[in-house]
Amino acid sequence: MVVDPMSDADLDRLFQAFADATRRDIVRRVTVAEYSVSGLAALYAMSFAAVQKHVAVLERASLVTKEKRGREQIVRGNHEGLQNARRLLDEYEAIWRQRVVRIADILAEG
Amino acid sequence: MTVISSTKNLEALSFTLIAEFDAGVERVWQVWEDPRQLERWWGPPTWPATFEQFDFQPGGRAGYYMTGPEGEKAGGWWLFTSIQAPSQLEFDDGFADDNGAPVEAMGTTHAVVTLEDLGGRTRMTINSSFESEEQMEQMVEMGMEEGMKEATGQIDAILSEHARA
Repeated sequence: MVVDPMSDADLDRLFQAFADATRRDIVRRVTVAEYSVSGLAALYAMSFAAVQKHVAVLERASLVTKEKRGREQIVRGNHEGLQNARRLLDEYEAIWRQRVVRIADILAEG
Repeated sequence: MTVISSTKNLEALSFTLIAEFDAGVERVWQVWEDPRQLERWWGPPTWPATFEQFDFQPGGRAGYYMTGPEGEKAGGWWLFTSIQAPSQLEFDDGFADDNGAPVEAMGTTHAVVTLEDLGGRTRMTINSSFESEEQMEQMVEMGMEEGMKEATGQIDAILSEHARA
């Protein structure tokens, strides 16, 4: 199995995006339901502009998508971007499962 | 041996695996404490690890490299941050260059290993947290380059064992 490498720039954007608690909270919410930017802004003790900036960071990291609907901007989770992070954790899990098998083999020797 | 569970926390980029072994806590501790046993399981089968340095005490460092099928080498280091024999071990885990010097740009993983006595059996809990997705990707690539295919059979065996349990 080969890990599809993302470009360094992609990874930087993803890392930056996850490095902020508000942005993590936004990701959690919009993967379950769609929110307007103003709907999100109502949830946090910060300005509409600040929330809009957070959403823009998440959008650049491919974690959310934003689309205009009338006068509102609707934010949704980007399934593909999240899947990528999930896939990496899945593969790390496979490494540990292999290690556990080999530890058990050593222990079986006595 | 059974893998009891594994949990992934996407937002926190962390991972927890719980496994049980048919051996006492002291015996399982040895596979971490003794570098000659450790190097038999840390690297994938086709990328065996060699620990050249192993200063097993709080603040101590370990230095190792894994050797690939073509003779290529991938270096790594550990910094032991807490050792409470035989029940808990914590360390930072990072990449090293050809001279064994830490490659800071790739970041570190923090691992917490906990061993619990289940009356002669041992439960091992591994918690790993990553600094960033980039770091996680490097970590995964390094452990995965080879050996995944042959490991798949083993993983399936574990999973079916778990399903029967």
